[in-house]
Amino acid sequence: MISTQLFKKIKPLIFFAIFLPSLFWSYQFINGALGVNPIEKLMDNMGEMALRLIVLTLFISSLSEFKKFRFLIEVRRMIGLFAFFYVTCHFLIYIALDHFFDMTFIIKDIIKRPFITFGFISFIFLIPLAITSPKIMVKKLGFKVWKKIHYLIYPAAILSSVHFYMLVRANKIEPAIYIFLILVLLLYRLYYKIIHPQLVR
Amino acid sequence: MKILPSEITPYKNYLNRRKFIKSSIATSLVLGASTGLEANHVSNQNIYNSQLDENDSLNSFEEITTYNNFYEFGMGKTDPAENSGDFKPKPWSISLEGLINNPQVLDLEKLLQNVTIEDRVYRLRCVEAWSMVIPWQGFPLAEIIKMADPLSSAKYIQFVTVFRPEEMPGQKRKLLPWPYVEGLRMDEAMHPLTILSTGLYGHDLLNQSGAPLRLVVPWKYGFKSIKSISSIRFVDKQPDATWSMLAPSEYGFYSNVNNLVDHPRWSQGTERRIGEFKRRKTMMYNGYEAEVGHLYKGMDLRKYY
Repeated sequence: MISTQLFKKIKPLIFFAIFLPSLFWSYQFINGALGVNPIEKLMDNMGEMALRLIVLTLFISSLSEFKKFRFLIEVRRMIGLFAFFYVTCHFLIYIALDHFFDMTFIIKDIIKRPFITFGFISFIFLIPLAITSPKIMVKKLGFKVWKKIHYLIYPAAILSSVHFYMLVRANKIEPAIYIFLILVLLLYRLYYKIIHPQLVR
Repeated sequence: MKILPSEITPYKNYLNRRKFIKSSIATSLVLGASTGLEANHVSNQNIYNSQLDENDSLNSFEEITTYNNFYEFGMGKTDPAENSGDFKPKPWSISLEGLINNPQVLDLEKLLQNVTIEDRVYRLRCVEAWSMVIPWQGFPLAEIIKMADPLSSAKYIQFVTVFRPEEMPGQKRKLLPWPYVEGLRMDEAMHPLTILSTGLYGHDLLNQSGAPLRLVVPWKYGFKSIKSISSIRFVDKQPDATWSMLAPSEYGFYSNVNNLVDHPRWSQGTERRIGEFKRRKTMMYNGYEAEVGHLYKGMDLRKYY
């Protein structure tokens, strides 16, 4: 079994492992190694990475309830912040590279296209999570309020996976897997928080 | 349904309308590299340039052949280039079927001896809002229609892509209902801009581009330009077309490029020209309105998208 102590030691490695893809893709982008439609590729890569990390934090939340996996909680905040980092990159690429700050088009796009609307709302939901991530914010807000804010991860996760589902043309299997995983983890949490305590009592 | 010869813009006028443009470095690189061409595929840079519109420049051979949709080889944009190595485009035959006086199975080699291969530089606009400029070689679809000699009851043409799951790995999975089918109205099929292509950049079509014979209809979204055609059917009613069967609210039978009618999920107002940073405004009928606008006069383009 991995101890929390040992896990803390390898935390920097995890940091770099998650940070590296963004560096690698940026390097590829600059050097023309992202294929012939590099903006789309870069945007897709960043977005999908963000979704993966969101799902990963949900897994950590559920698994860390078990004693064996308690150590995982050590990296949840970091992974959550990286999810926000990748979502922000994804969003900035959409604004700056894909549409080159054409704000009238972008605002119309966000309002008119459900898949963009969902993605945008998901991004908005993640902002308070990122802001309240420092430990001191838990103290300031009180754990209960802080926790309530952080339940936003579930609607954000669902919206971002639906965003992905709606944008693909035919291969719906991959986004469907994300939606399925998120729903399973959400249901598990609901069971664990609401039904399980009543049964135990 | 016949169209008067006077309704058709003569190809020469069509060429004259276009302007001479400087060559791109990418073009000359490809031309230098493309050896072993089929005799009937002339790679003539001057012709390509003379056919280019003012604001266009050719996409490179590499761009054209490494980024496209061809679900028979997988759903990713680079899948066709990566997974089409086992496909055998030779020998090839095309069957002409349905409401015609000369139903027959044409051997492609023999067919090519009876047609003149022309250069056609066309814009290609994908329904996914990206675009390219491609120097095709091919011959007017009208030539094959004449060989078939359709009955007057033939109002539409349906095209069918070959079904070879052993050579086309995408066909082993039910990504789409196979085989891929597409269709045109007879006047669209007879239009001089509509070609059957056998090559690009003076090179035989690569497998990923729809070898050995594909349709190119430059004023329609790219998915209408069906690849690796094995049969051509003449029918009296609007035939099935794969994408419009699959999602009728998203992809219509006509699927003419139209910047004013959006796809339900995304805008068709702009497009990314491959190789360019800023998006371009999409043009009505992909910029071929003068040539094809009359085909759809009086039609409600929001209804017949």
